Amino acid sequence: MHVVYPAVLAALLFSIGVYGVLARRNAILVLMSVELMLNAVNLNLVAFDVWLADKLGSGQILTLFVIVIAAAEVGLGLAIVLQVFRNRSTISIDALDELAEDKQ
Amino acid sequence: MTAPLAVLGTAISAAGAIVLAFLGAFETRVTLTPTGTIPVTIGLRADDLSTMVAVMVTLVALAIQVYSVGYMKHDVRYPAFAALVGLFTLAMLTVVLAADLLMLYVGWEIMGVCSYFLIGHHWEKPHATAAAIKSFLMTRFGDVGFLFGIFVLGVAAGSFRITDVIAAVPAMTSGTVLTGALLLLVGVVGKAAQFPLHSWLPDAMAGPAPVSALIHAATMVAAGAYVVALLYPVFLSAPLALDVLAVVAVISMIGAALAALVTDDLKRVLAYSTISQLSVMFAALAVGGRTQAIAHLLSHAAFKALLFLCSGAVIIAVGSNLMTRMGGLRRRMPLSFLTMTVGFAALAGIPPTAGFFSKDAVVASAEHHWFVFVALLLTVGLTAAYTTRAWLRTFFGSGPDVREAPKLMTVPLVLLAVVALLLGFAGLWFDELRPELLSAVLSVVLAGVGVAAVYLVWRRDPAKDPVDSLGRLRGVFGSAFGTDTLYERTIARGVMRVADEVVRVDDSVVGRTVRGTGRGTRSLGGLLRRAQNGNAQFYVTALLAGVVVIAVGVVILR
Repeated sequence: MHVVYPAVLAALLFSIGVYGVLARRNAILVLMSVELMLNAVNLNLVAFDVWLADKLGSGQILTLFVIVIAAAEVGLGLAIVLQVFRNRSTISIDALDELAEDKQ
Repeated sequence: MTAPLAVLGTAISAAGAIVLAFLGAFETRVTLTPTGTIPVTIGLRADDLSTMVAVMVTLVALAIQVYSVGYMKHDVRYPAFAALVGLFTLAMLTVVLAADLLMLYVGWEIMGVCSYFLIGHHWEKPHATAAAIKSFLMTRFGDVGFLFGIFVLGVAAGSFRITDVIAAVPAMTSGTVLTGALLLLVGVVGKAAQFPLHSWLPDAMAGPAPVSALIHAATMVAAGAYVVALLYPVFLSAPLALDVLAVVAVISMIGAALAALVTDDLKRVLAYSTISQLSVMFAALAVGGRTQAIAHLLSHAAFKALLFLCSGAVIIAVGSNLMTRMGGLRRRMPLSFLTMTVGFAALAGIPPTAGFFSKDAVVASAEHHWFVFVALLLTVGLTAAYTTRAWLRTFFGSGPDVREAPKLMTVPLVLLAVVALLLGFAGLWFDELRPELLSAVLSVVLAGVGVAAVYLVWRRDPAKDPVDSLGRLRGVFGSAFGTDTLYERTIARGVMRVADEVVRVDDSVVGRTVRGTGRGTRSLGGLLRRAQNGNAQFYVTALLAGVVVIAVGVVILR
């Protein structure tokens, strides 16, 4: 299999992830989009590892790292989202603009 | 604690100066940071002239420091005063011993600022601050010329070292030398309070009496005469500059003597007499009598310091500067009377005081120059007249009941009086300074005429001022021929107008630019602030857009 197929797929996944992060209002969906981006990266790592026939398998090892980090991130992220919901009863990212400059 | 330190420090410097005088001529120097063009050096330069003047400066300063301990006993600002007197002395020593013209200028300027602080010592009195500012501005006006004179000579000689400059004088074009000499003269005229920059010195009497003694005897005003003597070859190769100096000296010596004749303030009389006596030195320099000028500088330092310190003792006892309030102090302050009599005799040139010898040497040196000679003889007569008037009005007749000054003040007086009495005999070792019969007889006769005229007028009515008979002339002389008013009407008014204009331009152009910059930045910031809406997604979008733009830009423009 040519490396271009997984690369294109990864690019598509990444773009969908970016779109999700930028466009979605729901914080959980934003987190999921981030996961999509991370998985696109994973796909790239594995594909290029095979393509370059790396003897150390560093691409695959990095993938494992990313999966662990992603799991931890989702755990924390969901906890934060839960707290935000409890405090403000909304998880719409639009509504969370306390850091905005005062309207003049 | 301040007083012993101040006295001890000055005593050490005096001892150092005396040691220096016995060491013989030498010069040391270190080059300061490389300037790229003409090097600036720091160095010490000692020869007969500079060590002699240095000894004079430190000894007079020592007498003044001792005297000040008594004079300033009840002054809370005495420590600052003593420190400034020390700095003043140091600055004068810098001028005297500098090996480099720019270093000399540093000392010259430090003296200016010290005189500003010391004249304004009683800064709670408005007239003292006004006098301080006046002296600062007028001397600074001259210093601009002085600095440019140094530049002209230094650039022409390729070095600011005094010995190099003097050595290079014959090789310079006459125009350069003349420019340099005239510019230096502007500074000298300012610092030495000669016409037309004379009017700061009488006002400087607002400072305490020891300050006046210091400025008039040992430091600031003497620095002018010293610098001319130091750079004498420069002036000798610019005869026109010497002529200008002669004219300035003649105007100043007669004008100041006339002003001294009618002034009622004892210290102002002495101030005008300083202007007049400095002119005598400049007259000697203008006719080629360098040694005579220096001799008069030294003897003047002794008797003028003595006179100012005596007048300080008298003033502090009487509580007023005005001679109308004095009189009859002869019996009540015998020591002050005796010492001040010696000082007055030296000022009037009565033999055998130091003033007689040095002034006579000056008169003798001017014999071939009738213009200066006549002016000098006239000044001798006038000096004797105003001296007699001040002496009679202070110590004779009837006056207030006062006590003699404390011992700490009278000891320096006695020592200075001894010096003023005997210093003249030291001049007998030098050919130039021995009295000549013609000039000696002439000046003694003229001095006698001056004394006798005032005495005869005074004896008719001791309670009255002898110069009352001058009538309207008195007011003219008293205001130093109205120069102050003239300056106020012309220069001061013009400067004020220019200053107003400058303030206006500063506000409308400079200020508006600055304020506009601030306002513009704020409004620009307001525009950018709109982007900060608190929406994290918007920020990330902007970030992504930025990354894309940069990436595209890199790809296209690579």
